[in-house]
Amino acid sequence: MKNSNKIIELKNICKEYDGVLAVDNFNLYVKKGEFVTFLGPSGCGKTTTLRMIAGFEMPTSGVILLNGEDISKLPPYERPVNTVFQRYALFTHMDVYDNIAFGLKLKKIKYTYVDKKGVTKEKYRKYTNEEIDEKVRKALKIVDLEEFEYRDVATLSGGQQQRIAIARAIVNEPQILLLDEPLGALDLKMRKEMQEELKAMHKKLGITFIYVTHDQEEALTMSDTIVVMKDGMIQQIGTPEDIYNEPKNAFVADFIGESNIYSATMVGDKMVRFINHNFVCVDEFELHEKVDVVIRPEDIILGNENEGMVNGKLISKTFKGVHYEYVMMVGRNEVVIQTTDNFEINKIASISIDPFNIHIMKKEFTVNKYSDAWIDKNNNVVISEEPFECDITQLVPGSHVDEEGYVVDQHGIKYDFTDADVIAEISLKDIEVIDNEEDGIVSGEIVSIIYKGDHYQIIVRTEEDEDFVIDTEYTWNEFDKVSVKVDPKKIKLTLKAEVKEYVKD
Amino acid sequence: MSKIKFQRKFLAIPYGIFLVLFVIIPMVLIVVYAFSNTDPVTNKTTFSFDNLTTFFSNSYNLHTFLISLAIGLGNTLICLIIGYPIAYILAKKEYKFNYIIVLLFIMPMWINFVLRTAATRDLLFAMGLSGGEHPYISTMIGMVYNYLPFTILPLYTTMLKMDKSLIEASMDLGANKVQTFTKTIIPMTLPGIISASSMVFMPTMSSYVISDVMGERQISLIGNIIQLYFDQGLWNLGSFVALILLVIILGFMIATRNMEKEDNVRGGLW
Amino acid sequence: MVKKIFAKGFIYLMLLLMYAPIILLIIFSFVEFDHIDFRQLVSGENINFNLYKELFTGEDGETVVQAFKNTLLVAVVSAMVSTILGTFAAIGMYYSGKKMRKAYEIGGQIPILNPEIITALSLTILFVFVGIQFNFITLLIGHVVLTIPFVVLSILPKLKQMDNNIYEAALDLGAKPSKALTKIIIPQIMPGILSGFILAVTLSLDDYIITAFTRNNSFVTLSTYVYGVTSKRGAIPPTLRALTTIIVVVTLIVLLIINFTSGKKPMKKRGTRV
Repeated sequence: MKNSNKIIELKNICKEYDGVLAVDNFNLYVKKGEFVTFLGPSGCGKTTTLRMIAGFEMPTSGVILLNGEDISKLPPYERPVNTVFQRYALFTHMDVYDNIAFGLKLKKIKYTYVDKKGVTKEKYRKYTNEEIDEKVRKALKIVDLEEFEYRDVATLSGGQQQRIAIARAIVNEPQILLLDEPLGALDLKMRKEMQEELKAMHKKLGITFIYVTHDQEEALTMSDTIVVMKDGMIQQIGTPEDIYNEPKNAFVADFIGESNIYSATMVGDKMVRFINHNFVCVDEFELHEKVDVVIRPEDIILGNENEGMVNGKLISKTFKGVHYEYVMMVGRNEVVIQTTDNFEINKIASISIDPFNIHIMKKEFTVNKYSDAWIDKNNNVVISEEPFECDITQLVPGSHVDEEGYVVDQHGIKYDFTDADVIAEISLKDIEVIDNEEDGIVSGEIVSIIYKGDHYQIIVRTEEDEDFVIDTEYTWNEFDKVSVKVDPKKIKLTLKAEVKEYVKD
Repeated sequence: MSKIKFQRKFLAIPYGIFLVLFVIIPMVLIVVYAFSNTDPVTNKTTFSFDNLTTFFSNSYNLHTFLISLAIGLGNTLICLIIGYPIAYILAKKEYKFNYIIVLLFIMPMWINFVLRTAATRDLLFAMGLSGGEHPYISTMIGMVYNYLPFTILPLYTTMLKMDKSLIEASMDLGANKVQTFTKTIIPMTLPGIISASSMVFMPTMSSYVISDVMGERQISLIGNIIQLYFDQGLWNLGSFVALILLVIILGFMIATRNMEKEDNVRGGLW
Repeated sequence: MVKKIFAKGFIYLMLLLMYAPIILLIIFSFVEFDHIDFRQLVSGENINFNLYKELFTGEDGETVVQAFKNTLLVAVVSAMVSTILGTFAAIGMYYSGKKMRKAYEIGGQIPILNPEIITALSLTILFVFVGIQFNFITLLIGHVVLTIPFVVLSILPKLKQMDNNIYEAALDLGAKPSKALTKIIIPQIMPGILSGFILAVTLSLDDYIITAFTRNNSFVTLSTYVYGVTSKRGAIPPTLRALTTIIVVVTLIVLLIINFTSGKKPMKKRGTRV
């Protein structure tokens, strides 16, 4: 079945490196002529996905369909897609002409002819020199570098080299042009110019673009569709407006633009409570559900004391050119506000928020849940290969642990939970982060930090690739090496099997 | 999927095979030969320590070993003392001396080193220093002449990489010139010094050409013993002597392992 | 200023000392006398080109020229083998996993760290062990072992300097792996390959010990010939002085040509294009 609208489709793509998932169940289709951007922090799997489309990497599982045909196993030189690389990857031993003509000289084109018997046959031929000449000139014209044919690529500026790299790719008339952070090496001014040009080029050529970047602004300005990625997983797919205005989770909200993110609770029908105040909102969630709330700084209306919904003290003010950025303390929560109005700091002011601008998201993490934990012979629960002290008696109500380490219930029945598979749950608040790698039970690296008004939500990832999501009041930095500790009483255990299977006879 | 696809790393396989056949296996054979003996009558090879006892019970061998050690150490020291300032001057960016490096290394090597050594002997003789009358002096001159470039090269490459601002920082922090030299420059160039020493010391001990030509065969070095065993076809004894040298090299490498930087300064110029 | 002159003077004095024996050979290539003797120079007798004549026509000259030819043959052939094998090795190592690359590196370090005599002896034992007669091939193997690690070392940095994506870019534009290798990677690392080749030739020309151990005794090279004569207190064969002079002059000319042509790329010819 061919679907003329979908040019490429990625189905259940996974990519594993040494047992670590770099891309996790990636599903996406791209429409013909679309400008799609993969956006995410470094290591989110965006470049790996692009490289799988180009054919430099083979997916561990899943298929890639180009015009409905499976190309997952094709080598890069047999795929009708071309790539513009981050550092251009120009052939420095060739001049501009030879760089651009490289692909054309290798290409074999199909043509039909009628033989002596009058039968129409297919044959392959190479491009003639004249054809190559013409195509190279045209490509150079598109990138605005006419007359540059015989220049040595090493004598060109970064921006010019980038244009040559683009010309070298588009001259082959690929069905899809893949761009791997192509503007990353350029300075800011150059980057802005090239963004505009790429957009114009996309319109003119009508080729499908798949663009990879970590720059959210670049993604917002250029794309038709943005795919936000994190840890190899798609977080959200949508138009730039969707992604900005309706982020699906706290990560997307935090990554795209500036935002105030708070932990909140639904307190009524279309009523949400955060920063110690009830706000009217437009999203419907269950009563008492814990949610995350996102409000863009420019959506908060700053007014004089008692004029708005909540009062607070302005503690800082920074001039940002077009607007001022204020930080207001509402109780223990920080609120960032952007406005062109001038207010005095260290004074009480008020804020109000339009219900439409309060964006409510399902909480991503409400508890740390480890479904492959197990009990070792010392009655500790093993999470991420490290034993955590825990209260094992919770597995059998009213029991205690005898001297031999067996759990004994009220009726004197002994249980041996050694090697029992359990689900361990720890609340985000109950994990302590320790500066010193040795002092905690398990050590890891901080991979994510999101500020939530009065606390940070951080993720500590261990060497075993287990995540501990922690709410903490203290400031940490990304990539800090830390260790974590948990109060034994705060670990909730659930047996996977029936309790009677562990009865000791 | 059964077809093995071309991968670029496969290109190194012939080299790997070559290394195993002609570097690794020969090294293993040296160890095997060093600790075995072949009975000339029955032609049976057995494990034995005979080579060890034969070598060390011969006072001539021990004497040769000590002389080699002394000449090796002496040559290393002299080469470092002369080569260090040369490398230092060459490494200063203000003089463009790169072509001299080429002149120093590539050019003379196109005239074979035996011929160069013989010419040195003739020059000394013409100036009145006869190798026959002063074998040690002329041998030392020949050694220094031959190994000086190999001392300069690693020193030069380390000094080129040296962060010159550290010298200024040292001066700025109140160290005088001598202190700066001993506390900053020497420690920073230590990898080069070690590398230079390793390139001079072992070859000096083990080479026999220079002492034969310069000293008119009055001085015997370890190399002579190996060559002698080689000529007589005494492979087991020859291997044992080679093994002693290998152990010294290994010891040197372990002792200096932490001091030499990861990037090999020897490969630097090329 | 004084310091600078002193520094420069020191360097040139050192160079002069290093080259003194070679200069001596060059001067006495014009003196027809068996030994090097300054009195001959002072007297001005026997100053002529006869040694050059002798080199190309005389009996003694024939031996020297043959030895030189043999030396050159070994050097060029072994350098070619080392360069081809070493180029593939460097490319393969660069794209190998960390562990494999380390293994290759350690293997290649062994002949560099070992004194020549150990390399020579170990190869001899190998050939004796397998029962191979010493011949031209064993000599070649000896010289390849001596030179190949240096070829690899001179090419690897060029690969590291290369843009990582360049090979992928070639594949992306439709080149098969073999074509990407020959059209893109090899041209990119050409300077390293060339300097590796020159280095291999140089090391081979300079060698004596490995040659002495791994050759067939009937195969005479310059180094074995000179060692045979001079280690027995004999004088350097006079015709060799003439040969040395020729080698020095030729090398100087080559160096000068390289010096003047590098940096100035010749304009590429374009066929049909205007």
